[in-house]
Order: sequence, then structure tokens, then C-alpha cells
Amino acid sequence: MIEALQHIEFTPFFISFKLASITAFVLFCVALPLAWYLSQTRSRVKPFIEAVTALPIVLPPSVLGFYILWAFAPDSALGAFFEDAFGIKLAFSFTGLVVASCFYSLPFMVQPLQSGFESLNKNMLEASYVAGKSKFVTLFKVALPNIKPSLLTAIIVTFAHTVGEFGVVLMVGGSIPGETKVASVAIYDMVEMMDYTSAHIYSAIMVLISFVVLLGVYIFNAKQTRRFGL
Amino acid sequence: MIHLSIQKKLQGAEENMNLEAAFSVKEGEFIALRGKSGSGKTTLLRILAGLEDAQGEIIVENESWLSKVATLPPQKRRIGFVFQDYALFENMTIEQNLMFVQKDKALATHLLELTELTALKNRYPNALSGGQKQRVSIARALMKRPKILLLDEPLSALDPQMRNKLQNELLTLHKEFGTTTIMVSHDPSEIYKLASRVIELENGKIIHDGTPKEVLLKTQGSQKFSFEGEVLEIKKVDVIYIAIVAIGQQLVEVVISANEAKTLKTGEIVRLSTKAFTPTISHS
Repeated sequence: MIEALQHIEFTPFFISFKLASITAFVLFCVALPLAWYLSQTRSRVKPFIEAVTALPIVLPPSVLGFYILWAFAPDSALGAFFEDAFGIKLAFSFTGLVVASCFYSLPFMVQPLQSGFESLNKNMLEASYVAGKSKFVTLFKVALPNIKPSLLTAIIVTFAHTVGEFGVVLMVGGSIPGETKVASVAIYDMVEMMDYTSAHIYSAIMVLISFVVLLGVYIFNAKQTRRFGL
Repeated sequence: MIHLSIQKKLQGAEENMNLEAAFSVKEGEFIALRGKSGSGKTTLLRILAGLEDAQGEIIVENESWLSKVATLPPQKRRIGFVFQDYALFENMTIEQNLMFVQKDKALATHLLELTELTALKNRYPNALSGGQKQRVSIARALMKRPKILLLDEPLSALDPQMRNKLQNELLTLHKEFGTTTIMVSHDPSEIYKLASRVIELENGKIIHDGTPKEVLLKTQGSQKFSFEGEVLEIKKVDVIYIAIVAIGQQLVEVVISANEAKTLKTGEIVRLSTKAFTPTISHS
């Protein structure tokens, strides 16, 4: 057991967390304006945007993975464009994995933010407009600081969900060691090769990290509730 | 000088209604806006603030806020708005709430002093009582030195003592700043105390516009004492009929004739008046 721990290869974990961090950051930038728009609009297109945003929750990862792979393939329009214009290979690469993860985790970032914004007192936002503040300033100085629990939930759940994804990463990234082999895929490979000891250690580490992260979120949210009565 | 002439279609709970109001306001006036709920008072305030759109025009000191061609956004209108539910910025301290509006430390300090909030300036809104929150909200609304101060039932959620205290504070602030003020209120004593003019709305139309005395004192002819009240119960005691009528917070018994007992219904709003007696006032 001790020996097994000494030989453990941490690269898949490192790739998992790198992927999750980048995905959470990119998604935050994309989802923030989208969630804000959805919370404020009365437009008729809102249900359509909401339905499209929620699709990754209900679709099997293999469906999403298949479409993304099909779009990323070097002989497809999108894949060819990225290859020619930026020299980026999307299929079976880390970059492709980030893009795929962003699609896959989009609802986990948008939905908590949107419901956070929707729960805000509308009069508070209007008080800011009346005070002469633009929508932009209101978003960053009034709306966001008042939805800290939702903000944290969105970022952490997106992060955790990306660490926990398997189907999409396997299809889009394959299992290239040091490039696209994330922890969840590594465990799958170990089980396939009947290396149960490593699979146990990897799985236990995943459970532990996930638990600690989620516990942290709930403790923070409980504290916020006590402090602000949110 | 403010000129306002607006129309807006409103979707009421039962039927659609047309809000149509036109009036002028002199600088420094304190106007009370009254009327049943759903009569369009709040909408009128929100249109003035630019939080809702409407047809017509609003001209404030020769500046067009609303016209056929353009609508000035709320950000550019120089208004103060006090919401019934305070709507404070929960993530900021009391002082930050004021400073967020305008980085004017001297004015913030002065307003905090006037509203007796100096000791609480580093607290968060969550730690304040309703009366304190509303004082912050009023102080915050004055931070921009607004041309018009709009108050949407600012004191209705507070208990009578706190209401009384804040009425006096509003009066002090109005004297000090001389801000043209429009306040939605249901409380006749509040209106009488604060306002120099009352506008009453019904179904989106102005039905009264005058001094509080003209609009609020409901006496007619030679009647000296007159109250509006609601009939709660009509009962027969021996050979006479008695109606229990609620006037404000008080209940009174009134002897009525058999004929009146037939025509009056419980829940009906009636006027109680008397001609031939002299009331005496004593300390309660």
C-alpha cells in the first residue's frame, strides 16, 4: 500500500484541476452577462435561451461528446477553420477539452447566477439606477456582492462538475497521457487494466477532495446567511 | 417648476385602466398623493422617476424628461426615490450606502447627523430596525441633492410612534433642503402635517387637487363633527337598533332607526355626523 502511494502519478489530477480552473474562469466571463440578461429581460426569446442553456444537464454526455467531436474534426468547417486560422487542433487536445467542458458545464454556471440575480430586490437595483449608476456599475457594485452564496455555488459547482466529467472528456479528448488524460479517465483506464489498487487510491482522493470542496461551500453559505440574513 | 402630462395604459387586476394625469408643481412644494390601491399612485411616481415609460411629457425646470422624441433615463434625472421596503444596498454599511450615491463626505456626515444615524454609520442595513432603515433610505435619496424627492408610502410599514418621529424628520429635512417632494400616503394626519397640497387619484384620474384642508376635511354644510367609518354590525337591542361603526382605530355604537337598519349593510362605508352638540376635549 505504502509503495503504491509512492509510485502514484499525479499528472491526471493536475490536468483535471487545470481543466476545471480554466473552464470555471472562462464560463464565469461568459455566463455572467448571460445570467444577468436572463434575469432582467422580459423578452419572448428567454425560454428558448434557457432551454438551450439547460440542454447539457439532460443530454447524455455521449450525445454532447459526439456532436462536439463531429464539429471539431479536422475535416469539419469549424475544425478546419481553427486549424488554418490559429493552428489549433481542437479534437484530442487540451484546448478542445476546455471548449467541450465549457459547453458541458454551462448550465452549472448560468443557473445559480441567474436565480441569484432573480432573487435580488428589484427596488434595490432601481435605487442604484436612480442614484445615477449605470447597469454595468449596478451589476458589479450592487448585484454581484449581494449574491455571494450564489456566486460561490456557481463557481465551485462548475469546477467540481468539470473535475467529475467523464463521457465528454473521453470522447473529445481521448486518453493522451500528460495532455488529455484527466483523473476520471485515468481511473477508467486502471479498472480496464485491472489495476484496482491504483483505482482505489485515485477514487478515494476524488471522493475526499470533492467532499472537502462541497463542505467548504455549505459552511460559507451558512455563514453568509447568518451575517446578511440572505 | 415641473409640468407633467402623461398617459399610460395599465393592466389592472380586473380590467385595464388608463392612467391620465396632468399637473404642475411649484418649486419647494410638498405634495401628497393619495387614492385607493390600484389607482395609479405608485406608477405615477415611477414614471416621474423614469423607472417606467409612458406617453406624454414631463418638463422639469425647462429640461425635458419625457417627450414624444426622447425619454431621459433615471440615471440622468436627479431624483431621490424612497421605496416602501427601503431597498438599501445590503452589502454596504450605512455610510457607504450614502457615499455610493455621491462621494460627498460633508453632505453624508450632515445627513447622518440630521437623521440621528451617526452612531450607526458603520453598521450594515441588516442590523437596523425598520425605522432606522427608512431614515437611511431618506438620507440616501437626498445625497444627490435631487430636484424632486419621491416617496412611495415611506412610513406605512412603521409603528405609529416611529411614524410620528419620521414625519417630524421629513419636515425638518424639507425645511432644510427645500426639495420639491411628492409623497404617496394614506394617512390623513400625516398628509395634513407634511403636505401643502393633496392630489387624489381614482382609477387613474385626478379627482381632487387642493390644500389638505379642502381635500381631507369631509364636513359639509353646518355639520361640525363628521367621520367616515365602516359599519361592522347592526344589532337589535330590545326595541332599538344599534350599529357598531369603526372609525379609524375606534369602535362606536350608534342608535339607528328601524328604517336605517333595513337600508344599511355591514361593510358599508358611512359618514357619522352631528350638528347640535359641542364636543369637549380632554387629555387622554
